[in-house]
Amino acid sequence: MQSYSNPEVLVSTEWVDLHRSDPNVVIAEVDVDTSAYSEGHIPGAVGWNWQTQLCDVVRRDIIGQSDLERLMSNSGIGNDTTLILYGDNNNWFAAWAFWQLKMYSHKDVRIMNGGRKRWLAEGREVTRELPARTKSGYKVLKYDQMFRAFRRQVEDEMKSPQTALVDVRSGDEYSGTLLAPPGLPETCQRGGHIPGAKNIPWGLACNEDGTFKSPQELEAIYAGKGVTSDKSVIAYCRIGERSSHTWFVLKYLLGYPNVRNYDGSWTEWGNLVGAPVERGA
Amino acid sequence: MMRADDYRVVKQELAGLQVNVTSYKIGDSYHCHIDNIDPGATIARTEGLTREEAELAALARALERLKARHGNR
Repeated sequence: MQSYSNPEVLVSTEWVDLHRSDPNVVIAEVDVDTSAYSEGHIPGAVGWNWQTQLCDVVRRDIIGQSDLERLMSNSGIGNDTTLILYGDNNNWFAAWAFWQLKMYSHKDVRIMNGGRKRWLAEGREVTRELPARTKSGYKVLKYDQMFRAFRRQVEDEMKSPQTALVDVRSGDEYSGTLLAPPGLPETCQRGGHIPGAKNIPWGLACNEDGTFKSPQELEAIYAGKGVTSDKSVIAYCRIGERSSHTWFVLKYLLGYPNVRNYDGSWTEWGNLVGAPVERGA
Repeated sequence: MMRADDYRVVKQELAGLQVNVTSYKIGDSYHCHIDNIDPGATIARTEGLTREEAELAALARALERLKARHGNR
């Protein structure tokens, strides 16, 4: 059976259970629903809040370098630490954290396959105790935005046959029937999608138990829609977290060389005056 | 040792949407959360002394949230 292109970035729940006490391993839970961590989490895992700790809380942006260094230091993560990320919703925000950490060049960051859902479903140990971690002196060694697409780049590249735009939202959001997933805030003025984008909802990459599908299945899903490794791929969703999940799949599991996450996503595009919008499936 | 016991996921329809109702027991409490299957966002999360209590509270909260959203359209 074919394996993922970068199998080292994915660890199983079994692996985490065996290694969670290793001194060089730190586990961080990042949930969409930030109250999930306090229900019970993997013993020793720190909890990160994506709304306050993984973004710039003043302007709309990813976390700044000094804030990231502080977060990593306070979590007891050193530059050589193996960092394991997991979370709810099949690792939406674990992937968001992974994407940022790769741009900040953290050497060894991995995602727990199946996330919080699988850990709980398997009846593995949880705790409500907060871990006491010794501060490290974390320093970002390099920052590179190579995995990030900005609006201007999307505008420049959207018509190129060498670029594949992937809208990973649900079919109803893509068609413009819905402005946001039911139960979440509507953050845009217009519904629809960026002209030319293919709709490949993020969840197609996952099995029912939250784990990622096999490489063959993943390849069939994306290549079947014309999203192939020879193209420059830009993924987007509503605010950039679901698309970081797809970015992870394409970049690390399938090994596509040129994949970026447009984190401005529909919240930016759907509010732009004069931006072209397509509606319908 | 604490763990999630009696983990259960039930699919059902709520306000015209397909949702997952996930419930389990950690320690002395039952926890329930409801997500809309597509795209999978959590709509409600509750806690109760029994599974039924947690599920009923979550369903009520999810319904309220979904109705409020439709009311704003």
